[in-house]
Amino acid sequence: MSKDIFVVVEQRGGAVQKVSIELIGEASRLAADLGEEVTAVLLGHQIADRAQALIQYGASRVLVIDHPVLEHYTTEPYVKAVTHVIKTYDPNIMLFGATSIGRDMAPRVAGRVHTGLTADCTRLDVDVAKYQEYLRTSTSLSLQPERIDSLDTSDRYLKMTRPAFGGNVMATIVCRKYSPQMATVRPGVMEMPQRDPARTGEVVAVDAGLTMEDQNVTILDVAGNDKKVVDITEAKVLVSGGRGVGGPEGYEPLRALAAELGGEVSSSRIGVDSGWIEKNRQVGQTGKTVHPGLYIACGISGAIQHLAGMEDSEFIIAINRDETCPMMKIADLGIVGDLKVIIPKLTEAIKAYKAGQVI
Amino acid sequence: MKIVVCIKQVPDTAEVKLDPKTNTLIREGVPSIINHDDKAGLEAALRLREQCGGTVSALCMGPPQAEGALREALAMGVDEAYLLSAREFGGSDTYATATIIAAALRKIGFDLIITGRQAIDGDTAQVGPQIAEQLHIPQVSYAEELRAEGDSMIVKRQFEDCSHLLKVATPCLITALSELNEPRYMSVGGIVDAYEKEITVWGFEDLKEAFNPDWIGLQGSPTNVFQSFGKQLRAPGVVLNSLSADEAVEAIMQRLIQRHLI
Repeated sequence: MSKDIFVVVEQRGGAVQKVSIELIGEASRLAADLGEEVTAVLLGHQIADRAQALIQYGASRVLVIDHPVLEHYTTEPYVKAVTHVIKTYDPNIMLFGATSIGRDMAPRVAGRVHTGLTADCTRLDVDVAKYQEYLRTSTSLSLQPERIDSLDTSDRYLKMTRPAFGGNVMATIVCRKYSPQMATVRPGVMEMPQRDPARTGEVVAVDAGLTMEDQNVTILDVAGNDKKVVDITEAKVLVSGGRGVGGPEGYEPLRALAAELGGEVSSSRIGVDSGWIEKNRQVGQTGKTVHPGLYIACGISGAIQHLAGMEDSEFIIAINRDETCPMMKIADLGIVGDLKVIIPKLTEAIKAYKAGQVI
Repeated sequence: MKIVVCIKQVPDTAEVKLDPKTNTLIREGVPSIINHDDKAGLEAALRLREQCGGTVSALCMGPPQAEGALREALAMGVDEAYLLSAREFGGSDTYATATIIAAALRKIGFDLIITGRQAIDGDTAQVGPQIAEQLHIPQVSYAEELRAEGDSMIVKRQFEDCSHLLKVATPCLITALSELNEPRYMSVGGIVDAYEKEITVWGFEDLKEAFNPDWIGLQGSPTNVFQSFGKQLRAPGVVLNSLSADEAVEAIMQRLIQRHLI
């Protein structure tokens, strides 16, 4: 009988990615509802010393598959290793980060073991009461309570919720006929668990029968590995620019404001598509999901795809000339005005405030 | 080189709206387009044909009106087009979709398969890798550059923090990012030709020997939709109009201080 929740841990150059820790946290919550445990699957080369940290974050067991063919990610050796884990341990649920690695590997694993896979999930539930509470408080189904109340509360399948149609609609997907129930989960969405240095668990070295010949592509070059990449999902404050900033130079005042607030600059899709700012700063359905403490939307009208990536921010300030735009409807504070005048003045006001002056 | 490009006809999701009363998508009047990543795949295939010779086929699974996407592909210059369309194919999830498309690809034959990374309606990025899995061929996804070298492909594969330059022998499958290129427009001659060319339409009977019929359609899909709904938008806040810039700054400062954001 399929049992336990397995998290496929992503490491790059030996560094465990934040999304994997988020997934261990989420898996621990689901495991508590199911009365099962969390197993982390750690794949790579000379990475076994990362296992203790995974236990401290909530895994009961870490399966370590260490092989030189896993040093850099390529599809086939990773798929073979994870498939071996499924065949050997028969997990109930298996989770991957919805990253460019997870989204390459997971569909192929699901295809090989013939099970279902739900992409890019933003919410997972086993317990029906918690799922019903979510539907009642956070979705448009609150207007149709009969569709919530009629759910079978003994259902223990994984309910995998994700946005579709560019964030216009949410769908909950189930995989009842096959196991494991598999999902990739968006980075930055699940809550980080607390690390407990006193936690103990089991570390198991697994031989997945890998050979160097499993690699069916040749890596000719690895580029850009050293460059410091800004992760906007970790920023506490985001100052975000859209069409209204007008061009690449329009982000300059936003950078100054972000620096003053200890935050980062981000962008809607238009800024990225127009080449005004780097792709890794894009917020939204095709960019990143963020929930900073403060999100200042500057000249962003708020297409549904953008809102899908930032509407869970704690406090949203919108500055826009258009009073009727969708961003104004979700902002906690909407300022109708010219951001080119307001932003520099705001930066100065914050500087003055921090210097102990009264504005 | 025989290249097959898998394309999907999608609603322009920027135009799709949710009916707040019924929680259903309003799709009437929403234009259908070739998915962006897939169109970049078409362009990449046409450029490879210009360099190395060979043929480019376009393949699309969908309802009969998806023919429109294939006509556009023909107008861009592909040599032949296949439409996979049947009632039995409806409701397929990514696994079942890949099963059907892989069956058709076995019939067509290929050296190189190009798909888009993901479609803008489903956003799963799963069908490409799952086709490659069913065909037992290597895949390289997230391609941002692409060229042929003998019987191999050289692909720049994008990650969040770096890129790999990979060499992969054909037959293989590559998933294209829209950043790969700027797709050409349909030519006038191409549009005329596009309406003279035959599109091969394959239904369930044409493919049933090539796949397991229990693994396709709604019934054969490992995943099913349990519920669908709209998000509840957050409660509206305050919108301040006709403030001077100084007043606006003061209003913002008040909130920042109140909420300990500075």
